[in-house]
Amino acid sequence: MSAREEILARIAKAVAGTEDVEIPRDYRTQAATGDLVELFAERVDDYRAVVHVLPAAEVPGWIKERLAGRRMIVPDGFDLDGHESWPDLHTADGVVTGCAVGVALTGTIVLDHGPGQGTRAQTLVPDYHLCVVRADQIVSSVPEAVARLDPARPLTWISGPSATSDIELNRVEGVHGPRTLEVIIST
Amino acid sequence: MSATFLGMPGNFPENSQKAVQDSQLRYNLRKATHTIRGKRADVVGELPDWAELRAAGKAIKDHTLRNLDRYLVQLERAVQDAGGTVHWARDAAEANRIVTGLVKATGEREVVKVKSMATQEIELNQALAAEGITAYETDLAELIVQLGDDFPSHILVPAIHRNRSEIREIFLEKMPETPAGLTDDPPALAEAARLHLRERFLRSKVAISGANFMVAETGTLVVLESEGNGRMCLTLPETLISVVGIEKLLPTWRDLEVFLQLLPRSSTGERMNPYTSMWTGAVEGQDFHLVLLDNGRTGVLADEVGRQALRCIRCSACLNVCPVYERAGGHAYGSVYPGPIGAILTPQLRGMGSELDASLPYASSLCGACYDVCPVAIDIPEVLVDLRAKAPHAAAEKAGMKVAGWILDDHRRLAAAQRLASKVRGLVPKKRLPGPMSAWTDTRDVPEIPEESFRDWWERNERA
Repeated sequence: MSAREEILARIAKAVAGTEDVEIPRDYRTQAATGDLVELFAERVDDYRAVVHVLPAAEVPGWIKERLAGRRMIVPDGFDLDGHESWPDLHTADGVVTGCAVGVALTGTIVLDHGPGQGTRAQTLVPDYHLCVVRADQIVSSVPEAVARLDPARPLTWISGPSATSDIELNRVEGVHGPRTLEVIIST
Repeated sequence: MSATFLGMPGNFPENSQKAVQDSQLRYNLRKATHTIRGKRADVVGELPDWAELRAAGKAIKDHTLRNLDRYLVQLERAVQDAGGTVHWARDAAEANRIVTGLVKATGEREVVKVKSMATQEIELNQALAAEGITAYETDLAELIVQLGDDFPSHILVPAIHRNRSEIREIFLEKMPETPAGLTDDPPALAEAARLHLRERFLRSKVAISGANFMVAETGTLVVLESEGNGRMCLTLPETLISVVGIEKLLPTWRDLEVFLQLLPRSSTGERMNPYTSMWTGAVEGQDFHLVLLDNGRTGVLADEVGRQALRCIRCSACLNVCPVYERAGGHAYGSVYPGPIGAILTPQLRGMGSELDASLPYASSLCGACYDVCPVAIDIPEVLVDLRAKAPHAAAEKAGMKVAGWILDDHRRLAAAQRLASKVRGLVPKKRLPGPMSAWTDTRDVPEIPEESFRDWWERNERA
């Protein structure tokens, strides 16, 4: 008997006669109804990321100023005139991307690595990540975010800069991922 | 290479007796567990629907376990459809053979690893080393354990027993590129680990991971982490091999909405952990292999009381609140799964053939704090009591229990026994009982026998 058949047979035998259970889903799917931009900004800030709330029209100019003189990766599909993308992942100072979803309650940004979001490596290897979140991309809760995302795509959920709690269980920022996370909320 | 837990001699009482003599260890553990306890309580308290999430988490896991065969087949197909390869392993030896074979086929001699309980359980690093393949742990705490040639002592933070100055010493001794001026400031220690591993991440062609969740409906694997070492391993290498216990399954994509709330708040006490990676099959040109691991799990599933241990999502909240774990530390449990969950999981996965494993169901005061914090409501005290009944017992103990049962079964026999005890009370030793009964008084005082039983007192006063 193959390992597959044997394991499946052991399971069938182990659970035979056991009753199935109903799954109660009485938890909240929507977590907040107030100003999601404000809540999202507050929660991202809690992770010691840098947060800015800017009117949409001012965002491109602000980014250009920020990027000037830096070796920044600007991924395909990220709308930014006149800034050349730095070609080498390993010598880049940073990366600028959009995102797929923002979660207000947890201060989380989710990338699905679609247009304007770069590959997984591009948002990981450089030490600085500048991420633009549009106000209409922000949902209140984790259930709302899960519902918006496409499981067929690779997904990266980011809550603050890289950190560890491995030394005496205190959070320390800056291990392997970008040590600086800067978030622009475009309203 | 870190040492191995299997075949460890001794038993829990002896191990913990040694551990409590170590005042540094007790200080480190107390500090760390109390820090994380407070953080968890804060973020769990923020969610008004925690009880409902917990009920859903429990039910989703129970439903999955009930239909595990069907969902595993569904997962297999979804992973294959997305370009991944699925392997099945009955036990540790088979899983190690599969993984070693896959690594050899790439021609590589080095692999990077994401922290994974399943690969520790099967002692994969040792199996790879036997075939000339070096496995590098990349999680900071795992790195500390590996460099220190030490045992992990916590599910989430394997180096919880080490404080900052001990970590500094290990780094200075085992990482040659570390500058001698390294301080024990945690950011400086994190920076040293970053420098040490960076080049290895960029160079490695093969990575090995576990997974926190697998989604049957979509074939998606999910890894939660903090540092970014997980993202490095999951993303950069050409070949990714994930070894995952068969109970890590969730039926639907939607089910993640429950567990992505339960797990981070229970484990690191954060609203969300810094990084979560999700991938379905072979992504961005990677070669992806999934090894589904049984290794005793189907045996646990067959036990009606014990099977609830398979709901565990390895958050380690039960370790952090346990008064026994806080004092004895993780090493006393002699397993990669320490603490309350380890006390019910290890004897079920490994059996109770060794003295150590048979002693684990007693590594608890049955206070129930573990059950209260468990995000999937595993009734750990219930399983402990059930395992105690199943554990091997000495002949003298069995005979004693039989006599006690016979006496307690009939109120007249009990009254007679109480009167007899009162008469001979002067002869009963005050501190230690003789012979096999001394095992009981090793850790307890002999209860004082009253001059007259309550039963007799009541009788006398009723008549008066």
